[in-house]
Amino acid sequence: MFDTALTANDFIFLAKGAWMTILVTIVSVIAGTVLGIVFGTFRYQVGPIWAAPLTFVLDIFRSIPLLIQLVLANAFLGTVLRLNLSGLTIACIVLSMYCAAYCAEIVRGGIEAVPTTTRRAARSLGLTWWQDMREIVLPLATRVALPSWIGLALGVMKDSALVYVVQVTELLRSTQILITRLQEPLLLLMICGAFYFVISFPLARFGGYLEKRWSHD
Amino acid sequence: MIEIENVRKSFGPLEVLKGIDLTVQNGEVLTVIGGSGSGKSTLLTCINGLEPIDSGRILIDGTEVHAKGTDLNKLRRKVGIVFQQWNAFPHLTVLENVTLAPRKVLGMARAQAEEIAVRQLNHVGLGDKLKTYPGRLSGGQQQRMAIARALAMSPRYMLFDEVTSALDPQLVGEVLDTLKMLAQEGMTMILVTHEMAFARDVSDRVAFFHQGVMAEIGPPAHIFGDPQHPETRKFLSSSRQ
Amino acid sequence: MFNYTFQWKQAMARLPQMLDGALVTMQIALLSMLLGILLAVVLTMFRLSGIRVLAGFTKTWVEIARNTPALFQIYMAHFGVASLGIYLNPFLSLLVGITFNNAGYLAENFRGALKAIPDTQTRAARSLGLGAVGAFRHVVLPQMLRISFLPMTNQMVWAILMTSLGVTVGMNTDLYGVTQDLNALTFRTFELFAIAAVIFYVITKVITLGARLIAARLFRY
Repeated sequence: MFDTALTANDFIFLAKGAWMTILVTIVSVIAGTVLGIVFGTFRYQVGPIWAAPLTFVLDIFRSIPLLIQLVLANAFLGTVLRLNLSGLTIACIVLSMYCAAYCAEIVRGGIEAVPTTTRRAARSLGLTWWQDMREIVLPLATRVALPSWIGLALGVMKDSALVYVVQVTELLRSTQILITRLQEPLLLLMICGAFYFVISFPLARFGGYLEKRWSHD
Repeated sequence: MIEIENVRKSFGPLEVLKGIDLTVQNGEVLTVIGGSGSGKSTLLTCINGLEPIDSGRILIDGTEVHAKGTDLNKLRRKVGIVFQQWNAFPHLTVLENVTLAPRKVLGMARAQAEEIAVRQLNHVGLGDKLKTYPGRLSGGQQQRMAIARALAMSPRYMLFDEVTSALDPQLVGEVLDTLKMLAQEGMTMILVTHEMAFARDVSDRVAFFHQGVMAEIGPPAHIFGDPQHPETRKFLSSSRQ
Repeated sequence: MFNYTFQWKQAMARLPQMLDGALVTMQIALLSMLLGILLAVVLTMFRLSGIRVLAGFTKTWVEIARNTPALFQIYMAHFGVASLGIYLNPFLSLLVGITFNNAGYLAENFRGALKAIPDTQTRAARSLGLGAVGAFRHVVLPQMLRISFLPMTNQMVWAILMTSLGVTVGMNTDLYGVTQDLNALTFRTFELFAIAAVIFYVITKVITLGARLIAARLFRY
């Protein structure tokens, strides 16, 4: 069908890149979500004044390009602290913090969406703070936060395309390497784009569906 | 016995309780009436320990609610409270709403908690709604569920904070009937309400609050039939219209 | 504490060059926003036109913009378009890539904003004798842009951050590109990029705060 120089080996090369994209995404989203829940709960719990330092730090991750965050982390951990970390580790650390910064906002919004009167009712029955958090706030806040969280996870996947800068050969980097070698940019880019699209599109749709469904309750 | 001694409470510059003294005996039904801002609802949330107080003390069976060492979560098992807004847990079924606290707070097994919950739900007339989510219930049904939820903890005292004032008029009756039933069964209760006929009907004593002070207290026949305090008279004549 | 001597002075000496780069970064972002808004309005009109091909075109654009990496979109503008025989220089590739992304996201925001405008608004405008385009232009569009103001400022911040991707297609006059070139010259990676980070931070904050001030002035009713 296509007159192409693409070989089976090239496909394996692309698949390895795709795997790297998925690996970095999954690790960062999990770590970032855990951190984001801790940060977001903390911010809600202590109020805006005491949380100001944390808010400021998290805001930095949302206000400078991810590319620079990666370069800076790489230079700081490698050249300044002389830690011998792999590019993959650095990529995961930076993307986790990046994810956590956005996730903290989502978590805080979710908790704020639970009416205080409902929480008061739970406490009046004798539930402890933890029990209230687990039995009442978590399930209710999740409904509010899940659609945005799906969007965030997909955002992290798309932004993981930038970790090439710390020598991690993920999907887009693999594609670029093949473009340079094979000079078939359109075909290769379409394969690469299709991969992102096939993962992102249905999940984004699912998130939109959840948002619509739960907003009617 | 609930003993309230010289309790004061302010929200910022606004003093809402200006030294309240009040004792509620076991088995007694006390109704608190008064205009909005009279401090009557605040008193209930203070008794339950949901609000701190500035001075004075509240004793429940001799335990001081706001003392430092008091385990509030433990104390609250004794004191059920139902609010104006019924505050159903929307993600849990009616049965799960009622079994949550017995299971998590009292550590009951699911089967035992469900047995108690079913009994309480039957009691308030919701025995056929066990698997329903609160969102599908009427306001009156949700409020009765909230009452069953509090009763499932086998509290010794029940506090009701204007439980009918957020309901549509045609749903008020069913909730009042439930309260009346509890009163007849000998539950010790403090009710804050605007339903004067109901207060007259079920109370052992009625207290009238005015601007953070308990202006008058006595049997319903006295308060409604022969009020002494001018503010009580003013309030009752305006609420009759 | 560190086995590393920071040389801020040496890096700070390059600040004027970096500020020139920041100017280019802001130009690209602003241009891509203006073009993006324009295109998004056109895409929204396509969506509302009732013509299936046009609505489908909008849908495709929006979904590709939202479901693939921004860097992919810039590659497409550079390498992809080149294979069709159209060669864009780095500046244009970056501009086209970011504009494509902006237009897609903004069109989606506009769709959300339209839901908040009751149908009766259009009907009322039509009943006054305005045509379909006139009703859109004079009644729906102003409200839509107003509701979308906050998402638009967010997208503007994104546009600023996205300019850093230009380096991958050979862009070297924007803030990131300048910093990268200086780095190759001096190897003060941490110092140079830290300064660049601060400049980016200040730019994004100025945009966010400026937008808030504008919003407070514009939307008083």
